Amino acid sequence: MALIDVKDVSKRYALDNQRELTAIDKVRLSIGEGEFVSIIGPSGCGKSTLLHMIGGFVPCSAGEIHVRGEAVRAPGPDRGIVFQHFALFPWKTVLGNVEYGLAERGIGKEERRRTAQSYIDMVKLSGFEHTYPSRLSGGMQQRVAIARMLACEPSILLMDEPFGALDAQTRKIMQEELLELWQRFRKTVVFVTHDVREAVFLSQRVVVMSARPGRIKTVVETGLGPNASRAAIDAKADELWDMLRDEVVRSIAAEGARL
Amino acid sequence: MSKALQVTVFYLPIFAALALWELAARAGLLDPTLFPSLSDVLTAFVRLTEHGHLLQNAGVSLFRQVSGFLLAAVLGILAGVAMAESRVTRQILEPLLRATFPLPKSALIPLFILWLGIGDSAKVAAIFLGCLLPIVITTFNAARGVNRQLVWSAWSLGTPTWAIPWKVVLPAALPEVMSGLRTALALSFTLLVSAEFLIGQRGLGYLIGTLGEDGDYAGMFAAVLAITAIGFAADRLFLLANNRVLAWRA
Repeated sequence: MALIDVKDVSKRYALDNQRELTAIDKVRLSIGEGEFVSIIGPSGCGKSTLLHMIGGFVPCSAGEIHVRGEAVRAPGPDRGIVFQHFALFPWKTVLGNVEYGLAERGIGKEERRRTAQSYIDMVKLSGFEHTYPSRLSGGMQQRVAIARMLACEPSILLMDEPFGALDAQTRKIMQEELLELWQRFRKTVVFVTHDVREAVFLSQRVVVMSARPGRIKTVVETGLGPNASRAAIDAKADELWDMLRDEVVRSIAAEGARL
Repeated sequence: MSKALQVTVFYLPIFAALALWELAARAGLLDPTLFPSLSDVLTAFVRLTEHGHLLQNAGVSLFRQVSGFLLAAVLGILAGVAMAESRVTRQILEPLLRATFPLPKSALIPLFILWLGIGDSAKVAAIFLGCLLPIVITTFNAARGVNRQLVWSAWSLGTPTWAIPWKVVLPAALPEVMSGLRTALALSFTLLVSAEFLIGQRGLGYLIGTLGEDGDYAGMFAAVLAITAIGFAADRLFLLANNRVLAWRA
C-alpha cells in the first residue's frame, strides 16, 4: 500500500461570482514509504498547492488524499514541512525554534534541550543555539527550519521549494546535505522545485506537471543514486527539461494573455 | 564618546532653547505677566512641590492615565487579535470601528462626565476609549498581516488551532502592536489633560487650569512642565520596554 495516495484531486478557486480558476485538475499520484519524489512544473501549475493539500493546510475541491489509508483533513505532526522562505518564528532563538514542536508534544525541558541540540548539531549550527533567525544567513535559516521539522520526527517531509531563495553555492551544499540526511533516515520526501537538475540529483522519481490547469504530464524514474556522475545527471536533466519546456512556454504565453 | 556625553549632545538644542528663554526674559523681550522667565517657573515649581500640590495632583493624573491606558492596551490587543482570527468578531466590531474612527474622542468627554460624574471614572473612561481605537486597529492590521506560513508551521509542529492566536499571531504581530501602543500612550496624556481641564478638583490638568485662572502664570508653566516631564519619562520607559520585548529584531 502506498504511504501517500492522491486520488483524483482537483483544486478550484472562485475568481468572482461566475468564474472559477482550476489550479489543479484530477491529479492522481501514489508515493511509497521512504521514497524521494520531486514535483516539477512551470510557475503557477499548482505544484505547491498540491504539496499544501498533502500537508492538510489547504482543502481539496474534489478528490481525496490519503496518508496511511486515512483521509487527510488537517495538518499533523506526521507531516513536517519547510517553506521557501523558512517561516521560522523570528521571536525565538535557534534553540527555541527547534524545541518548539517538542514542547508542543509535552516533552520535558531536559530531554527537549538534548533532542533539539542533537538536531542543531546535525544541521551544523552548533554555536548558534542562542542566535535569533534575523541574524542568520538564508542558508542557515533553512537549516534551522529543517532541524525544527526533523526534531518532531515526522514520517513525511514536505519541502516547498526549500532551496529556491538561496544562492547557487549554498543551494548545492544544502542539496548534498539533504541527500545525506535522507540516506540516513529514509523518510518519505515530497520535494517541490522548479530546478530540474535539483530534482534529478535528489529524487528517485520526478513528477512533471503541466501548465495550468495543473495535471500530471508524466512521471519519470530517475533514481541515479548518490554516486551518479555529473554527465548522467545532466543527461537526465536534459531529458526532463525537453518534456517541461513546452509547458513552461505555454505558461508564459498564458501569463502574457492575462496581462 | 561616553554614553552620558552622547545623551547631553543629543539634548543640547533643548538646553539652548531654555537658555534662550531665560535670556530673552531677562533682557525684557517677554512680557513677564504672560511669559514668565525660566527661573520664575523653576521657583514656582519648587514652591508647588513643597506645598505638595504638584506631587499630589501628578499622582492623581498618573493613576488615571495608567488605568485608562492599561485597560485599553489589554482589551485592545485582545479585540484586535480576535478580529483578525475570527470572522464573527470581525463582522461585529469592524463596522463599529469604522463608524467611530473619525470621531474626535475628546468630544465624548462631556458625555462621560454626564454619565460617570466628575471624578476618576469619567477621565479613565475617556482615556480608555480614546486609546482603545488606535490599539485595536493596529493590532488587527498587524495580526491580519501575519505570514500564514508561520501558522501552518505551528500547526504542523502540533499547535492546536485555539492556541494559534496566543502562540503565533500575537508574537508575530508584536512589532506593529508596540508602535500602536506608543501612539496611544501619547494620546492618553492629551485626553487626560483635556478631561481634567474640563471639570474636576484634582489632577495636573485641573492644576494648570486653576493656576491660570488665578493669574499664577509661573505656577501654570510649572504644572505644564511637570506633565511634559511625565509624558517624556513615560515614552522613554516605553521605548526601553519596547527594545527589550523586541530584542529579536535585527
